[in-house]
Amino acid sequence: MMASSYNAKEEDGHHSGSVGPGGAGAVKSRKPDNTAFKQQRLPAWQPILTAGTVLPAFFVIGLIFIPIGIGLFVTSNNIKEFEIDYTGMDPDSPCNMCINSTTPCRCSIPFTLEQPFENNVFMYYGLSNFYQNHRRYVKSRDDSQLNGDKSSLLYPSKECEPYRTRNGLPVAPCGAIANSLFNDTLELIYYYPNKSSMSIPLVKTGIAWWTDTHVKFRNPGGNNNLTAAFKGTTKPENWQNPVYELDPTNPENNGFVNEDFIVWMRTAALPTFRKLYRIIQKKKDNLTPTLPPGNYTLEITYNYPVISFDGHKRMILSTISWMGGKNPFLGIAYITVGSVCFFLGVVLLIIHHKFGNRNNNADIPN
Amino acid sequence: MSYKYANNAIKTSKYNLLTFLPLNLFEQFQRLANAYFLCLLILQPLSSFLLKKISSLAWFTTVVPLLLVLSMTAAKDASDDINRHRSDRQVNNRKVEVLLNGELKSEKWMNVQVGDIIKLESNQFVTADLLLLSSSEPLNLVYIETAELDGETNLKVKQALTVTGDMGDSIEQLSAFDGEVRCEPPNNRLDKFTGNLTFQSHTYALDNEKILLRGCTLRNTEWCFGLVIFGGQDTKLMQNCGKTMFKRTSIDHLMNVLVLCIFGFLVFMCTVLAIGKGIWEYQDGSVFTVFLPRQNGANAAFSAFLTFWSYVIILNTVVPISLYVSVEIIRLGNSYYIDWDRKMYHTNSDTPAQARTTTLNEELGQIKYIFSDKTGTLTQNIMTFNKCSINGRSYGDVLDFTGQRMEITEKTEHVDFSWNRLADPKFRFHDLSLLEAVKQGSAEVQAFFRLLALCHTVMPEEKKEGELVYQAQSPDEGALVTAARNFGFVFKARTPESIEVIEMGTSITYELLAVLDFNNVRKRMSVIVRSPEGKLTLYCKGADTIIYERLHPSCSKLMEVTTEHLNEYAGDGLRTLVLAYKDLDEEYFEEWRLRHHAASTSLEDREEKLDAIYEEIEKELQLLGASAVEDKLQDGVPQTIEQLAKADIKIWVLTGDKQETAENIGYSCNMLREEMKEVFTVAANTAEEVKEELLNARRKMCPGSSDDPPFLKSGILAKKSLVVEDEKVDGEYGLVINGHSLAFALQEDLRLELLRTACMCQAVICCRVTPLQKAQVVELVKQHKKAVTLAIGDGANDVSMIKVAHIGVGISGQEGMQAVLSSDYSFAQFRYLQRLLLVHGRWSYLRMCKFLCYFFYKNFTFTFVHFWYGFFCGFSAQTVYDEWFITLYNLVYTALPVLGLSLFDQDVNDRWSFQYPQLYGPGQLNMYFSARAFVGCLMHSCYSSLVLFFIPYAAIHDTVRDDGKDIADYQSFALLAQTCLLVAVNMQLGLDTFYWTAVNQFFLWGSMSVYFAVSFTMYSNGMYLIFPSSFPFIGVARNSLNQPNVWLTVFLTSILCVLPVLAYRFLRLQLKPNINDKVQTHTHTHTHCNKNCSRFITKQETGTRRSGYAFSHARGYGDLVTSGGFLRRPIKTRPALFMRSSAAGSPVAESSPQMYRTIPENQQL
Repeated sequence: MMASSYNAKEEDGHHSGSVGPGGAGAVKSRKPDNTAFKQQRLPAWQPILTAGTVLPAFFVIGLIFIPIGIGLFVTSNNIKEFEIDYTGMDPDSPCNMCINSTTPCRCSIPFTLEQPFENNVFMYYGLSNFYQNHRRYVKSRDDSQLNGDKSSLLYPSKECEPYRTRNGLPVAPCGAIANSLFNDTLELIYYYPNKSSMSIPLVKTGIAWWTDTHVKFRNPGGNNNLTAAFKGTTKPENWQNPVYELDPTNPENNGFVNEDFIVWMRTAALPTFRKLYRIIQKKKDNLTPTLPPGNYTLEITYNYPVISFDGHKRMILSTISWMGGKNPFLGIAYITVGSVCFFLGVVLLIIHHKFGNRNNNADIPN
Repeated sequence: MSYKYANNAIKTSKYNLLTFLPLNLFEQFQRLANAYFLCLLILQPLSSFLLKKISSLAWFTTVVPLLLVLSMTAAKDASDDINRHRSDRQVNNRKVEVLLNGELKSEKWMNVQVGDIIKLESNQFVTADLLLLSSSEPLNLVYIETAELDGETNLKVKQALTVTGDMGDSIEQLSAFDGEVRCEPPNNRLDKFTGNLTFQSHTYALDNEKILLRGCTLRNTEWCFGLVIFGGQDTKLMQNCGKTMFKRTSIDHLMNVLVLCIFGFLVFMCTVLAIGKGIWEYQDGSVFTVFLPRQNGANAAFSAFLTFWSYVIILNTVVPISLYVSVEIIRLGNSYYIDWDRKMYHTNSDTPAQARTTTLNEELGQIKYIFSDKTGTLTQNIMTFNKCSINGRSYGDVLDFTGQRMEITEKTEHVDFSWNRLADPKFRFHDLSLLEAVKQGSAEVQAFFRLLALCHTVMPEEKKEGELVYQAQSPDEGALVTAARNFGFVFKARTPESIEVIEMGTSITYELLAVLDFNNVRKRMSVIVRSPEGKLTLYCKGADTIIYERLHPSCSKLMEVTTEHLNEYAGDGLRTLVLAYKDLDEEYFEEWRLRHHAASTSLEDREEKLDAIYEEIEKELQLLGASAVEDKLQDGVPQTIEQLAKADIKIWVLTGDKQETAENIGYSCNMLREEMKEVFTVAANTAEEVKEELLNARRKMCPGSSDDPPFLKSGILAKKSLVVEDEKVDGEYGLVINGHSLAFALQEDLRLELLRTACMCQAVICCRVTPLQKAQVVELVKQHKKAVTLAIGDGANDVSMIKVAHIGVGISGQEGMQAVLSSDYSFAQFRYLQRLLLVHGRWSYLRMCKFLCYFFYKNFTFTFVHFWYGFFCGFSAQTVYDEWFITLYNLVYTALPVLGLSLFDQDVNDRWSFQYPQLYGPGQLNMYFSARAFVGCLMHSCYSSLVLFFIPYAAIHDTVRDDGKDIADYQSFALLAQTCLLVAVNMQLGLDTFYWTAVNQFFLWGSMSVYFAVSFTMYSNGMYLIFPSSFPFIGVARNSLNQPNVWLTVFLTSILCVLPVLAYRFLRLQLKPNINDKVQTHTHTHTHCNKNCSRFITKQETGTRRSGYAFSHARGYGDLVTSGGFLRRPIKTRPALFMRSSAAGSPVAESSPQMYRTIPENQQL
């Protein structure tokens, strides 16, 4: 092309031309530098979409996704999960009587496990239609206070309104989240085949994130003498006990570092959620399953009101795997996407064969 | 008098110190987006104070970028204006001598007042519009160069009134001068002035001949005095300078519209969410009060109202302010590339290209119409004697050993004229055989050059001994006489009765008996001379068709050969003249001479009679040969024009030149081509005729076209201006229109007709146009065509069109700088235009479009996720992402990769861009970024945001970590969603990038790493312990990013986002590939193409046989030369011009348009 040859001419001319005959004393030429960057000639990789790259990509993605999906699906299916709704909306439900009770009310729900639950079994409570992710709800806490800051303990952040002070005293812990702490008590009783019963030991600790229990949440003035540390504050309106008496059995598990409290304070992303309540540790002998099949009773101390907002309460028993709890979605999604990919690959291949060649070889109009 | 005279100071600057801030801010807030951000800015703090925390974003997320944008733009405007101030000051402070209180004082230009008398000296610029009073030259003449006004470099003559001229340089008389001038109000017509001077109770008429206009330069005149009539802004020069306009690109306009649309869309989304909130409050919220009491006194309706505003703030990221910062940075970067381009650097003048405006780059990729000046832009305004045909033999071509024509380059050996002491050293001729013929004394060759040395009206000037300078009315004549001079026939001097020629070293004086001057009808000129031996000869030169009719029958054989040569020359775009002579015998001549005298003194029909007399003697001529003069084009002009034409850019040449010259250049630079079906010429004298000719042309091109212009149906948002649709035409046509007709055609009722006809043609040439007409033509196209215009020129006469066009380009490196100063881009050579448009423009446009598409995509996707989340968080305006992520997303995480994309991306490299100029097409049609593309972008974002919200939602729903602990909490979900988003948008970026440089890679991977590094840092123990309330996300990164299902989710979402795009693009490639796809595929398969393949040589077609000729003459000095008896100034330092004292209608300036056509009708080819 002529244009290029012109350019070339100039490029050639540069070596002799631009440096004037004056030599050292010559005026500096205003010729731009010849760098790859300034001349936009940076070396570059220029991939383009061709049948040779796109079609194999589709097939490879398909081939990778389907096995992953199957793996995930199988893993998810191997997880054992058992769920009971104990809200008591159904008039036949044993907990129905507790719905309108204002005093603590106990009810028990019998259930049967068909299959043994092995390894550690995790016990969750689940709530639904509970907007823990509402903006005003999420904000309604004071992280400084929860981190043990003494001034925030006595002067909680404004974010906590209207649960900031009560009767003129600062609320500890303040805010709507703390105030709505889940306070049902759940226990499991196993009935041996010989009708004798045994209360299943439930572990209360180790249910929250390590970072939460050790960094994010701290008691003011350490864990000694919590009563004194929380002096001058009052308990949230809905609580039965002050924060330093949350776990009468374990003094280490009191105050802001109480793990039930910490779990609750980690607000859920969605209005239906489950939270870890207790852990049932596997038997030491490893021979008998953690929860053998048989009859059980769930003993509930029913305190938490959900009926008013049409909420539901569930108790869930679940084992876990490397990929967490039971959730078949990922497996199904992977299988679906993989198959679609494969299918698309075939369709595109056909299209490419039918139309591709014609267009690829088509001349560029001049 | 009530009229307030302007003083002579000019002001082109826009602001001063006081007005800068308010005016500039006002201008900036006219930009819709800036106003939008200002609103948001007010809304945010307002909302947080009045409405109690409806915002979850900090106020500084908007204010800092806004200030940044405003101050960056303001700084640029300020520096531009400082430059203008500086150049104004420089002009205003020039010194001139003013006659004050009886003495000459040096004064600054700006202090010159209307009514002052000033003295100008040679080579000075004319200070203001002056009435010429007196001059040093005889007959009160002055010579001026008007290059700054109309681009013509040949000298023009002005003459003062005798009554004022008599004052000479007598200071007493001049100070006592008390004449009164009455004239028309200031206007912009350069060729017209009416007024009268009352002096000593006599009234004298004043016309344009007595006026010196500001911007001209005084030449060859020792001094002159003038009376200031108009100063400063009132001068015709300034009246001709269009207003400096604030130029915006069409993408800017589109963006303004889009911002409005987006704003509407935002309001729509917020309304949906607010309604949702109302319903939610009514159904769920009211019962959820157990755990989350209502705000004070807020009922469902009021909280819906609050939610609306909360969402306005949260979702405002659809148009983040960083968009504007990035756009400015991209434009700046692409402007620097232009400055840095070595291929647009001109070595000879040491001028690199310069992007003087940094905001118009992408427009360079959308040019549809180019308006070009001719002189100095397309041509160098140098005429060279290039070829000749003498006695049937053609000289001038250089042949190689095989007899093939060789291309003449700088290195080709040229004829050595050192034997000739008087030769012009600048003259170059390459054919050695011609000189040999001269030296061998070939009679025809000698006669040929003798004719050239005798038959002309050139004035010689011998400044130093042996240093001849010719002063020619037209550069063509100068070239011919110079050629004769170099070949040993030196035209030395002339008197009214004689011509002195040095023939091969010996001085011979011919007696000049008659000059039969050139005019438009005759198209030839002759001289009758008597040689020292007493031989009477008539020498004639003129247009081929005219001379051929008057040849002696014996020449018919020679005629055939010469015609062949003529066709060849014309095909090369040369201007040809045929030369002939005739020996006269004494008696006949004496008799003729008497009749001639009688005719020239007759009172009736003198012209006709003279013509008849001339006709009589110019008969039975002997053919000598033909000369061919090249109007030298700038380097590479034809190739550039051809390239631009291939890119479907229409080129209009607007020139102050004569029609023939312009047309000839049109052919020689490939604008007008032989393949064209027809070239229409509009040269009429009344509006009706013009209309008729335009209509005829249009009917011919498109018989079916309706009488009413086809207006484009424009949307509601489009302005009232009527946009004329393009009409389809078969074949290529050209249009030539002269200044007179253009003036009619630009009138209100004919404008559209002109536009329609002209736009159907491939090439349009307008000649004899004034600067303002240039601007009007550009304005016409700009107003009524939905197209981007570019004006290119080099002189002050191009300033107005440069200012009016969307993009103005100035040719720098020449003397005048006005064009460059008001231009947006400047470079040294016209040929760089193709690189500016086809490479830089195209890339800039492509990059900008890619940038916008991607930027909108990434921000819509980002924002829509909030929208979907609204349905699951009780419409509470809870954000999906961490507040820090929202702040940093546009500023840090995604800023650099997209900048890398829009600064480095190239679809194909520059060489392929040149090879396939068609790649330029999509830009003209606005294909890459339009309202449609925007909607596509919106849909794509919608899909992506659905994937990016619902896949994490489903994946995290009711699930737990691999140790049974929580992962479905809000913070982990936020981290998951933002990671998915970032990976997905970066994958999309990867798909959009064609050109992966190391920098792109670094930016992309760097940004991803920075994201993870920043996340881990901000979610670390340390940060939390220092600022517990600012960094509540402690530990989230550690606790969730070690989960396999988190990564599986990220992988799944990004694949799902990318796959459909990939499939769509592949399908498009297979089924409906566009030009880019094709060229890319092509280049991909030819990556190892060697140099030859990309530089196939398009040789200029030299074989086109077009019998054309141009005589770029105005009527010469013939009258003056023969009407001797006056003024015999010895030939010394200045050109001696012999003028009749009654030179009322001085023939010199009679450069009226010439109406004959040079395209012969016999288009047998």
